[in-house]
Amino acid sequence: MKEQLLKIQEAAKLALENAHTAAELEDARVRFLGKKGELTAVLRGMGKLSAEERPVIGQIANEVRGQIENMIETKKAAVFMEERQAKLKEETIDVTMAGRKPQMGKRHPLTTVLDEIKDIFLGMGFSIAEGPEVELDYYNFEALNIPKDHPARDTQDSFYITDNVILRSQTSSVQVRVMEQQKPPIRVIAPGRVYRSDAVDATHSPVFHQIEGLVVDKGITMADLKGTLDTFLKTLYGPEAKMRLRPHHFPFTEPSAEVDVSCFVCGGKGCRVCKGEGFIEILGAGMVHPKVLERCGIDSSVYSGFAFGMGLERVVMRRMNIDDLRLFYDNDLRFLKQF
Amino acid sequence: MKIPMSWLNDYTDISGITPEEYNHALTMTGSKVEGIENTGDEVQKVITAKILSVEPHPDADKLKICQVDTGTETIQIVTGADNVKPGQMVPVALDGAILPGGKKIKKGKLRGAESNGMMCSYEEIGMTKEDFPDAEYGILILDENLPLGKDIREVFGLNENIVEFEITSNRPDCLSVIGLARETAVTFGRPFAVKAPTVKGSGGDINDYVSIHVQDPQICRRYSAKVVKNVKIGPSPKWMADRLRACGMRSINNLVDITNYVQLEYGQPMHAFDLNFLEGSQINVRRATDGEEMVTLDGEKRLLDSSMLVICDGKKPVAIAGVMGGENSEVKEDTHAILFESANFLGTSVRKTAQKLGLRTESSARYEKGLDPNNTEPALLRACELVEELGCGEVVDGWIDINHADDKPNRIAFDPDAINRFLGCEISRGEMVSALTALGFTISGAEAIVPSFRADVEGFADLSEEVVRIYGYDKIPSTLMRSETVSAVKTRPQKIEDQIKNLLTACGMYEIITYSFTNPNIFDKLCIPQDSSLRRVVKISNPLGEENSIMRTTSLASMMETLARNANFKAANARLFELAKIYLPVDGEPLPSEEQEVTLGMFGGCDFYDLKGVLEALLDGLNVKKYRFLPLTDAATFHPGRAAVLMIGGEKAGVLGQIHPQVCDNYGMDGEVYAAQIHFGALVAGAAEEKQYKPLPKYPAVVRDLALLADESVLAADVEEIIKKTAKNLFAGLSLFDVYQGKQVPAGKKSMAYSLTLQSEEKTLTDEDTNQTVAEILNALKKKLNIELR
Repeated sequence: MKEQLLKIQEAAKLALENAHTAAELEDARVRFLGKKGELTAVLRGMGKLSAEERPVIGQIANEVRGQIENMIETKKAAVFMEERQAKLKEETIDVTMAGRKPQMGKRHPLTTVLDEIKDIFLGMGFSIAEGPEVELDYYNFEALNIPKDHPARDTQDSFYITDNVILRSQTSSVQVRVMEQQKPPIRVIAPGRVYRSDAVDATHSPVFHQIEGLVVDKGITMADLKGTLDTFLKTLYGPEAKMRLRPHHFPFTEPSAEVDVSCFVCGGKGCRVCKGEGFIEILGAGMVHPKVLERCGIDSSVYSGFAFGMGLERVVMRRMNIDDLRLFYDNDLRFLKQF
Repeated sequence: MKIPMSWLNDYTDISGITPEEYNHALTMTGSKVEGIENTGDEVQKVITAKILSVEPHPDADKLKICQVDTGTETIQIVTGADNVKPGQMVPVALDGAILPGGKKIKKGKLRGAESNGMMCSYEEIGMTKEDFPDAEYGILILDENLPLGKDIREVFGLNENIVEFEITSNRPDCLSVIGLARETAVTFGRPFAVKAPTVKGSGGDINDYVSIHVQDPQICRRYSAKVVKNVKIGPSPKWMADRLRACGMRSINNLVDITNYVQLEYGQPMHAFDLNFLEGSQINVRRATDGEEMVTLDGEKRLLDSSMLVICDGKKPVAIAGVMGGENSEVKEDTHAILFESANFLGTSVRKTAQKLGLRTESSARYEKGLDPNNTEPALLRACELVEELGCGEVVDGWIDINHADDKPNRIAFDPDAINRFLGCEISRGEMVSALTALGFTISGAEAIVPSFRADVEGFADLSEEVVRIYGYDKIPSTLMRSETVSAVKTRPQKIEDQIKNLLTACGMYEIITYSFTNPNIFDKLCIPQDSSLRRVVKISNPLGEENSIMRTTSLASMMETLARNANFKAANARLFELAKIYLPVDGEPLPSEEQEVTLGMFGGCDFYDLKGVLEALLDGLNVKKYRFLPLTDAATFHPGRAAVLMIGGEKAGVLGQIHPQVCDNYGMDGEVYAAQIHFGALVAGAAEEKQYKPLPKYPAVVRDLALLADESVLAADVEEIIKKTAKNLFAGLSLFDVYQGKQVPAGKKSMAYSLTLQSEEKTLTDEDTNQTVAEILNALKKKLNIELR
C-alpha cells in the first residue's frame, strides 16, 4: 500500500507538471483528491490493514495528501500567473495610435502673452488699471504735454469722433486718469487697445494693444526705471536677456528712453531677426514729465515717477515668430490652434 | 536727415572714428543713426581701362566687339555704344561688378560673341549730367592719362560716408550740419567751432532796393534780409552739388543751391526772391485774405485764407511764409538781383498752414518744430559769404532786420545733487558742467543759462536729461524701488474675466480678438430693427473706410464675420468666443459707455443644446445661482423657434440661439450657425463670491422614472419648476432623458421621460414616502400643465 501511495504521489506530481490551465489543474485535483479520486480510493482500503500498519500507512497517506495539496497550491499560483501573462499579452494595443483628446479651446496668443506680462508685473506689486478707449483729447494729448498743434501729433495720426473726443492713440491716457484718482504711491500697468489711422499691412493695424506702466512715489529715480524694466525683461525673455536704454524724446517723459532688448534669436550677435543690430526695440520709457505730474495735482518737487509703454503685438510676433500682424485679427482657426 | 560725414568735419574733427563707432556713439547720446552708407558701396569692381580695338560684330549691325586693356590683361567686351574708339580710356565693369541699384555684371555672350564685362556711361556708375556737363551720349570717356586698372571710386572720390539720422521733434537744432557737428563733438570729446561768416560787400545800401514791413509780429517774430545785385545764375560747383545730393536734394542753380545749402548747414530755411518781380520794391509780411490765390514754385495754384501768413510785395503774395515761394518771384536764369530772406515764423502757424495746404516742405518741417530767432543773422551772412565765394553776385551793403523776438535766455536752477537724486546716479559737478558747456549752456553759479537754439530745455528734468545722455544711459545703475510694499491683486471683474476664459477654453472654445470698429451695414446684415437703440452709434469722423467707420454696439457682427471667414477657409466646425467691448452712446455725455460682452459662436456638428450647454457650464463655473432661459421668438437675428433669453436674477443677461437663416445668407453662410451674446456685467453681478459646504447625504437616494404625456407646447423648464417645487426638500436631482413625438403618442402631444432623484437629510425614504411625493408631483403637473402619466 505504501508503494501504491507513493506511486499516486509520483503520478500526481507528473499530472500537475503537465497541467497548464486552471481547468487541467482542477481535473488533476479531482483525479487524486476528489471523492472518487485515487487517493480516496486507496484510503478506503485502509480498513483492511492491520492495526499496526494502519497508523503508519495513515501517516504516509496524510503526508501524500499534504504533498499533493501543496503541489496543487503551488501550481495554482503558477498557472494563475501564466494565465494573467497570456491575457496581458492578448490585450496588447498599439500605443502609438492617437489618444482621444477632450475638446479644449485656447486663448488667443495676444491674451496668452498679455497674461504672462500681467503676472510678472503683479508679482512686482503693480495693479492693473483700465481706462476708456473712446477718450477725451485732454487725457490722450493735452494732459500728456502734447497741446493741439504739437508736432508730435503728426506721428500719431488719430481717429477723431469730435474735435475733443478721439479713439485713444496710446494707453498713456490711463496714466493721467490714474494720477487724478489716486494719490502716490502709484504702481500700475494699463494694458489695452489703442487706435491709429494706419492702413492695414503686415506690420500695421489701425487697432493694436499697448501696455502702459506708471510708478509715482517719493524718491523714484531713473535707476529704478532701469531696474524695473531689467527685471521685467529678464523674466519675460530669460536671465540672459540684456537691456539697452537709448535717449529719445516723448513729450510726457523727461528724460526719455527707447529700450532695446538683446535679440533672443542670436543673443546679441546680430542676425536676420534683429537686422544685424543684436538688439530689438521693445518699449519706450522715461521719467514722468514734471508738467504731467503737476497737471494731475501731484507736487513734482516731492514726488517723481517713471512710465513706460510697449506694443503687445510686436512682443508676441517676435516671441512666436509671427511675420504678419493681420493674422491676429483674422482669427483663422488654423492659426489659433497653434498656440 | 542725411549728412555726409565730411561736412560735419568742417565744424569738428571726426578723424579716426569708424562708421560703426560713430553710429553707436551718436545713437547712445540721443541722435539716432539709422544707418551709414558709403557712396562707393554701390559701385564695385569698376576700373579704368583702355580700348585697344573696335571691330564690328559679324552677326549684329548695332554691336561692336572691343578689345580692352585692364592693366593686367586684355579682355573682350561687346558694346552697343556708338562713341567708342581705340585709344580711349573708359570705365569698365568687370565680371562680378556691382552697379548702383544693385545691378550685377556677369560675363556672357552677345549674339554669339563673348563679352567679359561692360563699358559704362556716367549714369551707370551713379553720376549725373551735372557731374559731366560736356559728356556725350554713350560710354563715359575718361582722361586718357589715368592709370590703367584704377578703381573708379578713387577716380571720382566715391568714398563719402553719408549718415542718416532720425531726429526727434524736440530737436530742430539738429536738423542741421552745425547742430549735429556739435552733438558729434560732445559725444567724442572733440573740438567744435563755427566761424562767423564774413561778407566783404560791394557798397550801396539795401534801403535803396527794398523796404520791408511786418504786419503780424506775433507770427513773424523776425525778418532779416540782404540784397545781392549783378547776380550771375549758373550751375553750382561740384562740391556744393555733391553735398546737396548726398543730403537728398537736387542741384538747381547756384543761387537756389546756396539757400538750400545754408538751410542744411545752419538749419535756417532761406528764400531768394527775384527783386525785379517784387512790385513796388516792397516786402509786406501779412495774413492772406480769404480766397486769395497764389501759384507756388511747384506750379500748383494754392487757395489761401486769413489764417495763413504770406510774404507779399506791394500788391500780391510772393511766398507762403515758411512753406514755399511763389512762381511769380522765382529765381531764374535771367535774374539780376535777389533778396535773401532769413526769417523766423511761429511754428504752430507754419504747421497749420502746411497741413491745410497739404504741402510739407523741408522748410515747413523745420519751422513747425520751433526755430531759434537768433539764427537768422548768421544764416543770412553765410548765404552772402557763399555768394562771394562762388563769385555769383555782389552783396549790397547793409541789411534789414525786423526783430520782435524775445531774446531773454532761459535760466534754470542748476543743482547737481538734485540731478543725481533724480537720476539715481553719482555724476560729479565737473562732469555735468563740462557736458553742459559743450552743449552750449553757460553755467553761472547755481544757474544754467540755456542757449537760444535749445528752446526744448525748459526745466530741471530737461537739464537732467542733457546731463545723463552725455554721461551715458548705460552707466545708470539698475536699482529696485525702495517704495513701501504695495499689494497688487486683480479686481473682481479682472478675475472673472480670467475665469471666463478658463471655462470657455475648457469647453472647447477658441478665443478670438476682433476690431472694435465696424461697418454701419452690420445692423441690416444682422436684421436688427430700424428703431433699435443699437443703431445709435459713436461715429469716427475720419475713418480709414466706411467698413471701419463706427464703434460697435454689438459684438455679434464680428463673431459672424469670423465664423464666415473660417467657413470660407473650409473649417468643418468652429467653436469661438470673444470678450468684446461695445460702445454705447450716452445722452449728454461726451464719452460713450464702454461695456463688455461675452460672445459665443459655433457651427458644424452642433445644435442649440451644445451652445446652451457651454453657456450653462460657464454659468455654473462662475457660480451664478439664479439663472433661467426663456423662449425668444421675436428677435429677427435669431431663429424664432430656436432662441432664448438668458435671465440672471430676474434681469435679462443675454440672448442665445440659432442665427436666422436670413442673417446667415447675409454673411454667405450655409447650414446652422449658433451664437450667444451675454453681458459681462450681468455675469459679474450674478456670480456668487462664496461657496458653502453642504454636508454629504447620510441616507440613500431613491430614483424614479416618470414618463409624462404633455401638450407639445409645454416647456421643460415649467415642468421642472413644478417638480422641484412640489418635491420640496426631498428634491435631489432631475434629468430629462427622452423626449418623443410621433406615432406612439396622440397628435399634439409629446412624451417626456424624466429620471427623478429624491433624498432626505433625515431618514431613509420608504416606498410610501416616495410614492406619496411622486403622487403629489403628478397631481400638480396635471393641475397646472394638464400632464398625464403615460
